[in-house]
Amino acid sequence: MTKTQRNRFQKGQNTMLISRETKLWMYKTMLLSRRFEETIEQIYLEGKTPAFNMANGPIPGEMHLSNGQEPVAVGVCAHLNAEDIVTATHRPHHQAIAKGVDLKRMTAEIFGKQTGLSGGRGGHMHIFDTNVNFGCSGIIAQGMGPACGAALSRKMQNKPGVAVSFIGEGAVNQGAFHESLNLAALWCLPVVFVVEDNAWGISVSKQDSTAVARNDVRAAAYDMPGHFVENNDPLVIYKVAGDAIDRARSGGGPSLIEIETFRLAGHFMGDAEAYRPDGEKAFLESKDPIPAFRKILLAEGTTDVALDHLKDQVEEQVSAAIAFARESAYAPAEDALTQVFAQGEYHE
Amino acid sequence: MSNTKIRRLTIARAMAEAIQQEMQSDPRVFVMGEDIGALGGVFGNTRGLLEEFGRERIRDTPISETAFIGAGVGAAQDGMRPVVELMFVDFFGVCFDAIYNNMAKNNYFSGGNVKVPMVLMTSTGGGYSDAGQHSQCLYATFAHLPGMKVVSPSNAYDAKGMMIAAIRDDSPVVFMYHKGLQGMGWLGTEAAATVDTPEQPYQVELGKAKIVREGSDVTIVGLAMGVHNALKAADKLAEEGVNAEVVDLRSLVPLDRETVISSVKKTGRLIVVDEDYQSYGVSGEVITSVVEHDYSLLRSGPKRVAYPDVPIPFARHMEQFCLPNADKIVAAFHAM
Repeated sequence: MTKTQRNRFQKGQNTMLISRETKLWMYKTMLLSRRFEETIEQIYLEGKTPAFNMANGPIPGEMHLSNGQEPVAVGVCAHLNAEDIVTATHRPHHQAIAKGVDLKRMTAEIFGKQTGLSGGRGGHMHIFDTNVNFGCSGIIAQGMGPACGAALSRKMQNKPGVAVSFIGEGAVNQGAFHESLNLAALWCLPVVFVVEDNAWGISVSKQDSTAVARNDVRAAAYDMPGHFVENNDPLVIYKVAGDAIDRARSGGGPSLIEIETFRLAGHFMGDAEAYRPDGEKAFLESKDPIPAFRKILLAEGTTDVALDHLKDQVEEQVSAAIAFARESAYAPAEDALTQVFAQGEYHE
Repeated sequence: MSNTKIRRLTIARAMAEAIQQEMQSDPRVFVMGEDIGALGGVFGNTRGLLEEFGRERIRDTPISETAFIGAGVGAAQDGMRPVVELMFVDFFGVCFDAIYNNMAKNNYFSGGNVKVPMVLMTSTGGGYSDAGQHSQCLYATFAHLPGMKVVSPSNAYDAKGMMIAAIRDDSPVVFMYHKGLQGMGWLGTEAAATVDTPEQPYQVELGKAKIVREGSDVTIVGLAMGVHNALKAADKLAEEGVNAEVVDLRSLVPLDRETVISSVKKTGRLIVVDEDYQSYGVSGEVITSVVEHDYSLLRSGPKRVAYPDVPIPFARHMEQFCLPNADKIVAAFHAM
């Protein structure tokens, strides 16, 4: 039995030990991410109908929604503290929300406003919140090296904290993926690599791009544990991620986790999704993890009233964030010329 | 500074000493790269550091530039001050995303909240028949892309002071050292790069050019090896009674346009020497800086002595034919 297989068998499936408080946080955070994105989706279309022009409306540019992928974010980030580092991708909202990024300032950033996390310079693919050590990059797999570096920094300074690098399944054939796995294992870094397998790299399916059916097997090539989680199940993700993060925290080194999830939306807004087989969308909608999670919580004794109360809180948070963003001013256009270097220097 | 010991150092030793002194005073500073440990750097610029600081802070890396330069970015953002070596600048092709999309942009994309105090040191230059994947300068490629400072010293004094300044800078700095100036005999080194260098730590401000020879008839601007070619040309021109002023740019980003403009105000003539490819590069930028400021400063059309827009050939006579040299600079002056 290989090390990878052994780890898979050791993977605990008993999710009853997860506290009710944690489960409710996970549910609420999934809901927050979903309601946030549903609202962003509506606003994104303002000014873009009848003719779709990406440059128009209060939220211009590309928009990558993570609807459906919320279980990954909450299952992993439930184990993280503010001091832990997350590097995320071009599809970062669910991870940012689960990591505790300031929702108001993130929303303002998505709108390009002065009160945004970077004053409108970054937008939705470049969300940085230093208070919770969250950052992302719009380039596939390129957050992995920086995650290794942050983990190395903690190790060298003997400071607490692990790094988690989220990537999509389309990132696993980048050089950065293999280089970073090797470096992390070689230096026994406190880092966990999480592959969100939503089955599609824009329009190219996993089976058409990747020689192995499951990427957790690739962990064996770098002598680290590999885990695979089926069915987008937040509670199993929580358990598996917890093991990997504990291992990293206690000096055991890196792990690779691949999580089978799905995106309910297109790669980006405006994607006609003609590449999807007939019926896939309806099938995925029937497996929506949020109603499924609600059922579990109800079965475990949480009341409808309690869950509806969480939903009300979420609606309030989303409304407040959107209002904050809408009411915020745009920075002067000349601000584009500042913050190129540290201390805001600009060299003509 | 009266008790400061002055020694003649090569650029390689000056760089190593600068890193050593910063590592002694700042535990956040560490070095990562290929062959920077036991070997001391292929070009000698980390020699002796492993013995003093050990493997934890002097980290030989796998041949994985994307991972370890990316790791430099992550460590810098987390509070460390990594000095990362890209052995030959020509290798940037395998790792540029980590450099120009992460290292150079994260300060901006975070609105200044994420700082990336990292030094990327990398060797440049040819002249020793290593052909076009190990001999390029590529200064302008880096300088073209916003968010990173780009410097290239011409001598050991500047190399030490600029390396210390680079390590202490809160912005990412690309420190480009010319192989032909390193003081490594096997690379056919330029002796004039080995100069008196104080033992005490000191900084040379980044973004400041230096007039290394005063003159009144023509301004010759260069950096790194170009400065030495310019000085040799100035000696030859002096024999003809021509007084050339030589400006060592030292930094490309920030670019000290004022010093160049002031010099041209005095001389009225401008020649730019550049070992990087001619088109879309340093020479065009320097000339434009002067012309945009006041085109009437020039009494004759500016000239450039740069590497032609061809890949660098292997054969010695072909490479030497392409490289800038003192005779080409003198000829450029005569053609003005």
